[in-house]
Amino acid sequence: MSENSGHPGHSGHDVQREVSELEGKSTTASRLFDLRLIIGGLFVLYGVIVTIAGINPSDSSLDKSEGININLWTGIGMLLLGIFFLGWVKLRPVPPVEIAKEDEGA
Amino acid sequence: MLNYWVQNPTYAPESPQSTVQLAAELRLPTNWLDYTILGIYFVVVLGIGFAAKRSVKTSLDFFLSGRSLPAWITGLAFISANLAATEILGMAANSAQYGAYTVHWYWIGAIPAMVFLGLVMMPFYYGSKVRSVPEMLLLRFDKAAHLLSSILFAFAAILIAGVNLYALAIVVEALLGWPQWVAILVAGFFVLAYITLGGLSSAIYNEVLQFFVILAALIPLVVLGLKKVGGWGGLTDKLDASHGHNFTTAWGGTGIGSDNPLGANWLTIVLGLGFVLSFGYWTTNFAEVQRALSAKNLSAAQRTPLIAAYPKVFIVFLVMIPGLVAAALVPKIGTSGSDLQYNDAIPYLMEQLLPNGVLGIAVTGLLAAFMAGMAANVSSFNTVFTTDIWGKYVVTDREDAYYVRFGRLITVIGVAASVGTAFLASSFSNIMSYLQTLFSFFNVPMFVVFIVGMFWKRATPKSGFWGLLAGTVTAMVNYFWIYKQGIISIPSDQGANFVSAIAGFVAGAVVMFIVSLFTQPKPAEELQGLVYGTTSPGMTEAPAEGDDAWYRRPALLGWGAVILAALCYIPFSF
Repeated sequence: MSENSGHPGHSGHDVQREVSELEGKSTTASRLFDLRLIIGGLFVLYGVIVTIAGINPSDSSLDKSEGININLWTGIGMLLLGIFFLGWVKLRPVPPVEIAKEDEGA
Repeated sequence: MLNYWVQNPTYAPESPQSTVQLAAELRLPTNWLDYTILGIYFVVVLGIGFAAKRSVKTSLDFFLSGRSLPAWITGLAFISANLAATEILGMAANSAQYGAYTVHWYWIGAIPAMVFLGLVMMPFYYGSKVRSVPEMLLLRFDKAAHLLSSILFAFAAILIAGVNLYALAIVVEALLGWPQWVAILVAGFFVLAYITLGGLSSAIYNEVLQFFVILAALIPLVVLGLKKVGGWGGLTDKLDASHGHNFTTAWGGTGIGSDNPLGANWLTIVLGLGFVLSFGYWTTNFAEVQRALSAKNLSAAQRTPLIAAYPKVFIVFLVMIPGLVAAALVPKIGTSGSDLQYNDAIPYLMEQLLPNGVLGIAVTGLLAAFMAGMAANVSSFNTVFTTDIWGKYVVTDREDAYYVRFGRLITVIGVAASVGTAFLASSFSNIMSYLQTLFSFFNVPMFVVFIVGMFWKRATPKSGFWGLLAGTVTAMVNYFWIYKQGIISIPSDQGANFVSAIAGFVAGAVVMFIVSLFTQPKPAEELQGLVYGTTSPGMTEAPAEGDDAWYRRPALLGWGAVILAALCYIPFSF
């Protein structure tokens, strides 16, 4: 702690102590929602919208996309990704250990 | 015709060539369906901000997500923070101009550095519990090095955020017809709202979301683009005929002394791009490293850049193929013989190929990528400004809640400054592009100082500051004076950029060595966990349950990525 002593956070020990303390009080782990739900929900919604757009494609839009019904395929792909994320949440929910940490931290 | 920058390669200075124009006739035929898709995205972005707000209690929550996120989230955010729209449009432009040389920015110019960050550097970063890259310099060196790097980083972050915003405004004006000021204010507002509310957690969550949306935008574009030119075989045949065979190879024409459009040979590519520039960007740029520091434990922090490395190996195809397709369809792209500029490659294919629906996804992906690029810089700026500058030198002894409030305030100020920068950029584009070049040289000496400081424990506190200064000045002098004034002839700005980086690296290392010989080193007990061969208490933590699974072992993940990147070179080497 040579010339830096007296100023908070200027040495390795100070930083480690300060950050460890804050980690103890942190509430992100316990209160932050599960992102997989948002990705899953948004991609299911987008998947449905884009798939519907691809169910009855106009000739002009098919011509534009080189004869591939790109809305249909992209829509199905997005839908599957969305379902994958929702299924992941279902199979592997956030472990309850994280909630226990909240009680001791708060 | 409008000027706009696209940051050609992410970590390369701007060149006059990249201050290019976007053709005005690229207006996309968007309809209500596309706008619905875009509208939903904006609602979700704000929703994430509001929902993340309740998780913010301490300054560590606000600036580093409480060091609690799982590796797959931080890993995807790590790649997404780099996958800004300037990178996507710029790398497609690079491919339309230079061809398959673009793969170098990914396979040699990113993967080795990302793996090095994960395997070698992350134990020091994460284990020492620093909250930022400059804070690491404070622990290893002294206040002078810390303050210099903090201030330069803060300026650079605002500048890049502003440039992103301005590029967004230009693209949105050309593609959707919104006035520039509307686009700047709308995007600025959304970024401001979600970072002020949820801090780094909402920045990271939005980045992960953006990653998937941009994939959903680019994959259909690549599929349709390839169909249009007759598959990969048709594409290479067309380009061989119009641009010559070297255009579709990675190393063709890069022998020392031979001539190629990139203006670089294999040695400057490997040393300048692959070693100095790329290691500087990936291992010391806090906008990237911050994502790894928010991981929940050391294993997750190490895996952050390693998980990111796998998508990075393949993303090059999603940006390079549209560029190559554009070059095959419009062989005169970027020259006076065509209205289209290199930067138009992706917008041009979107206009030509995507029907309403997927078009909406693509527009959303592009806007999301612009906002994520800006948000990554704003969220790293507020952290460095609050913990490294304000909290250490100005108001040092307040309670933690004060620094959360200050972090929110400085986010507002930071976004306002980026909006101001974006408006300034629209009137003084040359000055801004010059400034950007200036700051881009700062990563190089940062890397020297880190690497010397980490592997040589005799490097003294004072050597950090002087190494930083000497490296930065040398790289700038080499670029702006020796190259720009024509004292040494280098064929292109890119080539000069590689050479300047090497010069800056060498100068920084030499100065650190000399200064260290004449000044006092730190006592060994203050270097615990900061130099190679020592450990800090955080590094001895037992791995969390499940982290010892074979597929989560950092060494395996890291070397796997390196081997994969090397294998990818094979088909592009002949």
